[in-house]
Amino acid sequence: MRLGFNLLFGGFLTAVVILAGALAPWLAPFDPVLGANLMNAELPPDSEFWFGTDSQGRDVYSRILYGAQISLTVGIVSQVINSVIGVTLGMTAGYWGGWWDDLVNGLTNVMLAIPSLIFALAVMAVLGPGLVSLLIALGLTNWSWTCRIARSSTLSLKSQGYVLAAQSLGYSDLRIMFTQILPNMMGPILVMATLGMGSAVLSEAALSFLGLGIQPPFPSWGSMLTDAREMIQLAPWVAIFPGLAIFLSVLGFNLLGDGLRDSLDPHMRTRKA
Amino acid sequence: MLRFALRRILQIIPTVIVVALLIFVIFSVVPGSFAASLFSDGRTNADPQLIARITAQFGLDKPLHERFFTYIWDLARFDLGTSFRTRLPVIQMINERMWASLELATAAMVFAIVIGVPLGFLAALRPGSVLDTVTMIGAVSGLSLPQFWLGLLMMLLFALHLNWLPSFGYGDGSFRNLILPAMALGVTPLALLARTTRAGVLDVMNSDFIRTAHAKGMSETAVVRRHVARNALVLIITTVGLQFGSLIGQAVVIEKLFAWPGIGSLLVDSVAIRDIPVVQGTILVIVLWFLVINTLVDLLYAAIDPRIKQE
Repeated sequence: MRLGFNLLFGGFLTAVVILAGALAPWLAPFDPVLGANLMNAELPPDSEFWFGTDSQGRDVYSRILYGAQISLTVGIVSQVINSVIGVTLGMTAGYWGGWWDDLVNGLTNVMLAIPSLIFALAVMAVLGPGLVSLLIALGLTNWSWTCRIARSSTLSLKSQGYVLAAQSLGYSDLRIMFTQILPNMMGPILVMATLGMGSAVLSEAALSFLGLGIQPPFPSWGSMLTDAREMIQLAPWVAIFPGLAIFLSVLGFNLLGDGLRDSLDPHMRTRKA
Repeated sequence: MLRFALRRILQIIPTVIVVALLIFVIFSVVPGSFAASLFSDGRTNADPQLIARITAQFGLDKPLHERFFTYIWDLARFDLGTSFRTRLPVIQMINERMWASLELATAAMVFAIVIGVPLGFLAALRPGSVLDTVTMIGAVSGLSLPQFWLGLLMMLLFALHLNWLPSFGYGDGSFRNLILPAMALGVTPLALLARTTRAGVLDVMNSDFIRTAHAKGMSETAVVRRHVARNALVLIITTVGLQFGSLIGQAVVIEKLFAWPGIGSLLVDSVAIRDIPVVQGTILVIVLWFLVINTLVDLLYAAIDPRIKQE
């Protein structure tokens, strides 16, 4: 029953992250930004500061709870953008074919030729750091695989009886795409989006770690790790806990995505066994 | 084979041109002028005359299409422009940094192959075993791990606590400096390779010709060696190729963390100071690298698997 395990454990981790982010104002014992107090700087974990304090004397536990809000926002919003772009381009390309299909294919190939972190970095370089830039950068980066899947699903769904029936009833192209084709390929698109959330959280952490994403003093897990290198020997907890938070939430999204794929695709199940 | 090779190599050119156009367009929509942002420190405004002179010097006052044609024409002659900051040719700056990046990416890939492929293979031969379960849990964890965090933890353990290895820097280029960054960077391709190898081998194992081989009384070792390994190789090579290309992208963060003097840390530093010609140049070189490796992989597996050529 490993398939069930992926879905359950992944779902559990994701739920914990969502709850942590949503309930941060009530769960966090200290203010994540204004709670700075140099008297408390670099204290090891104890009963008051569960995960210790950072160089400014801020409670690492409280900052991690608030950091969940940023990671979730980035993960979810960027994947919604990616899915909308990928599905729109892929579905129309597959359905209409012709020059539009060639154009979309060419664009997808170009996007696949640029490593996604590099493309995100270029966009961040232009837009400057911050949450909105991050959402745009990561939302524009990862749609090519979704687009490919949407296109190939559309190609195979296009010749199905119910689509032909809808065509002979005189439905408009857009109506056919959105009511007949889209619902039937939601499974793989959902899987891609879930797995993409994990990689978006990783990219956000990496960009913020490089100082190009969320700016201090706002508590992003990646930017919390930026100073960690300098103080890792004296205060290793500053490095350990935010990284653990990134790891567990990405693991949650990845397991959830794997689990969804396994349960949506019975073919995979028999092959894996 | 030769025609196939030639066609694949020629396909790189249009992609590079489109990528160059894309990069050019992205950096042309920057609000405000480069020169102004280059000199503003947030408190005082730069001297307008100085800005005008810099703008003219780099040809930034010309119309967009003219700048694009100059850009492409320069590219065709392998001229990537001049850095705003150092005033050195970008190609020279990249050349100084690229080999360290290549070294790091290669080391990371070797680490990933040497551990990931055998692990995936063994896991697939005994599906459901303890080794298989542990490998697969390890693989999904490896894919979820921020590489730079793993790097930080290894730095803490192996460099600061145990004092076995230098914690960062290129040093005199010795192997000891390479170990930690290569392992941190290699963990993602390692996890992916273990996963794809396992999936590929399992796939082959369930196919008809393996059943036939078993049925005609071939020993397990011979089946694995003669049939399974060869057929799984195509998938493994594809993964290695794709990962090798994106490694140099992922290396950006690891290079920064370990103060590795590669093209990735050059890119990050240039983004931070908005040295646009260097940013454009490094991105283009990274993309070119990615395309060349993918093409090589295509050629390699066309040689291994003749079926691919015909498609």
